[in-house]
Amino acid sequence: MHSNGFFLKDVAGFLGGYYAFIAIMNGVASLILWRRKNQLGWAFVWAAVAGVMLILASLALSGSATLVPSLPLAARKLVNALSGPVLYTLGTTALLTVLFVFRKFFVKPMVAWTVLNALLILMGLSMADENFASIVMKPDNVPIVGLVFMLAFFTWVATSQAVVNDERIKQGLPPMEKLNDEKVLVWPDLVYTELICMVAVSAFLLVWALVLQAPLEEPASSVKTPNPSKAPWYFLGLQEMLVYFDPWYAGVVLPSMVVFGLMAMPYLDFNKKGNGYYSIEERKFSYLVYQFGFFELWITLIILGTFLRGPNWNFFGPFEYWTPYKVEVLNNVDLPQFFWVNLLDRPLPRAPQGAGTLVQVGTILLRESPGLILLGAYLVLLPPLLAVTVFRQFFAKMGFVRYMIMANLMLLMLSLPLKMILRWTLNLKYIVSIPEFSLNF
Amino acid sequence: MAIGETIRNSQIWKSIFRHPMPLDRRNRIVVMLTNFFLHLHPVSIKKQGIALSFTWCMGGVTFFLFLVETVTGVLLMFYYRPTLEWAYNDILALRDVTSLGILRELHRWGAHAMVITTWLHMYRVFLTGSYKPPREFNWVIGVILLLLTLLLSFTGYLLPWDQLAIWAITVGSNMARATPILGYEGPGQQLLTIGGIDMITDGSDARFGLLGARFVGEETLNRFYVLHCIAIPLATSLLLAIHFWRVRKDGGISGPL
Repeated sequence: MHSNGFFLKDVAGFLGGYYAFIAIMNGVASLILWRRKNQLGWAFVWAAVAGVMLILASLALSGSATLVPSLPLAARKLVNALSGPVLYTLGTTALLTVLFVFRKFFVKPMVAWTVLNALLILMGLSMADENFASIVMKPDNVPIVGLVFMLAFFTWVATSQAVVNDERIKQGLPPMEKLNDEKVLVWPDLVYTELICMVAVSAFLLVWALVLQAPLEEPASSVKTPNPSKAPWYFLGLQEMLVYFDPWYAGVVLPSMVVFGLMAMPYLDFNKKGNGYYSIEERKFSYLVYQFGFFELWITLIILGTFLRGPNWNFFGPFEYWTPYKVEVLNNVDLPQFFWVNLLDRPLPRAPQGAGTLVQVGTILLRESPGLILLGAYLVLLPPLLAVTVFRQFFAKMGFVRYMIMANLMLLMLSLPLKMILRWTLNLKYIVSIPEFSLNF
Repeated sequence: MAIGETIRNSQIWKSIFRHPMPLDRRNRIVVMLTNFFLHLHPVSIKKQGIALSFTWCMGGVTFFLFLVETVTGVLLMFYYRPTLEWAYNDILALRDVTSLGILRELHRWGAHAMVITTWLHMYRVFLTGSYKPPREFNWVIGVILLLLTLLLSFTGYLLPWDQLAIWAITVGSNMARATPILGYEGPGQQLLTIGGIDMITDGSDARFGLLGARFVGEETLNRFYVLHCIAIPLATSLLLAIHFWRVRKDGGISGPL
């Protein structure tokens, strides 16, 4: 916060160009709509937005603390105070759910364009905050910002086609992809597309490389541990899982299961519909499972791990200074503690001094019996129970082995959000805690 | 004009390109069959299969980025020496001294972009249901390629040998220490005890195998360098070839039946 004046001079040039870019973007949109003549109202709206953006651009270029457009300090403080892992997770879940449920509304070009503008302006206003900018502008974090916008764009591209196709299929028509059935020669139609793509990607990469220098910190030193120490950005979802699980599960077993599950997917999805065209209604189950895994358990966790986890892996609001002195109360309790001490008001079972191996193992099993029974019920009893209720038809179509693999993969996938909820509501640390065998779950 | 004519009529030109410029229908078909680089493609394709709104071109962009990484990577290998003495200084020189230091930026940003385009390609393949029969196995190969892409990026992350590099690799590889049974802090490692001697120690567990040492040091740098420049690119190239071959053999790009 102390260097606000200098910071604004650094970021002012960028913001000026940024707002000018949004202005041009809206100007072009306005021009296109105006020439089409059927949406003159919107053409005026985007022209007005372009004008406002030009004003913002000139304000930003001033580089003075009073003129650069930014979110009011009170709003930033409120966001910081409100944000936390719980609100972040529930908020993103709610947001994605709303986007999915009202997808017919959100894919409309004018709505999507409004959302894009709102996002870009919010981003621009936030960039005038030193703490926000210092994290987002870290060279290795820039790709994640790009990823967020690209994912939003491509999800829109796919969903708008899926919405049209779903409507057509409901009316008994073939999907749109079917209409473009005519064959063309690969030379020139595809070869030239590829050439243009290559030129565009090369140009993009060259500009990126010229504008943004690759990071190079101090020489490696195995005695100076940076705080926070973070894995490369694409593994930060896994690192975030370490908050809820021990490394053997979050870092080894779950990732292996993700890879295995992805590979198994084509063999588990018995639905023959929706092959070769965008559609949601025809394959809602697989669509929702994939989107849940991809957006909820991968992308949002990466964003959380990159932008909102600071020193000591504490949570920081988007506009909060990353102080290493932030203290968070950790009063998490293991399930055996809950069961034996809090519920039955007895000490934890403990093997007598000098007992044999068998007695020791027996005592551990007794101590952990509540957790083991719960886990057993979750992984062993739940699949057959689901097979005769919710997944009755799935079980009939898939057969025993395929069904069991699917059910267990899904239960493992759900173990993360369940553990999150248990942590937030009950401060539960481990369901099973056997430090004697380094086995904590 | 005349010079161009002379060149195109020369024996050398004709020995390389067996057909005239692909300006008419016949030659546009012939070129696809006689050119090594083009023969990956079919001769003709449904208009739908090349619509950008359908394909997003992300698979192609990923492959192009792989080629960019290969070319810039080979050039960087001329400058960079993977030893504790030189690694950091060579990267520093790339930034401050070497005239083509931008190669490092191209390589690093290309790598990030490749991770993203791989995800987007996979996302598109899922959303169009293109992993369904008969393309199941090609999806499996794709998942392995995704893994190799991440490993390529991960091994490359260490090479600048700065604080960012070693601590990211330390955090990432610490997980291997907790591998069940095979990591010395993992559950069940006690099971591999023979005659009172632990088989799994910090000098023999999964993490040691990854790092070649008990911590991220000179052996790790060498190990990751070889993996990054030789082992993983070779495996990736082979699988890419199979991936492309199978796209054709499994019926070309997917589309509604």
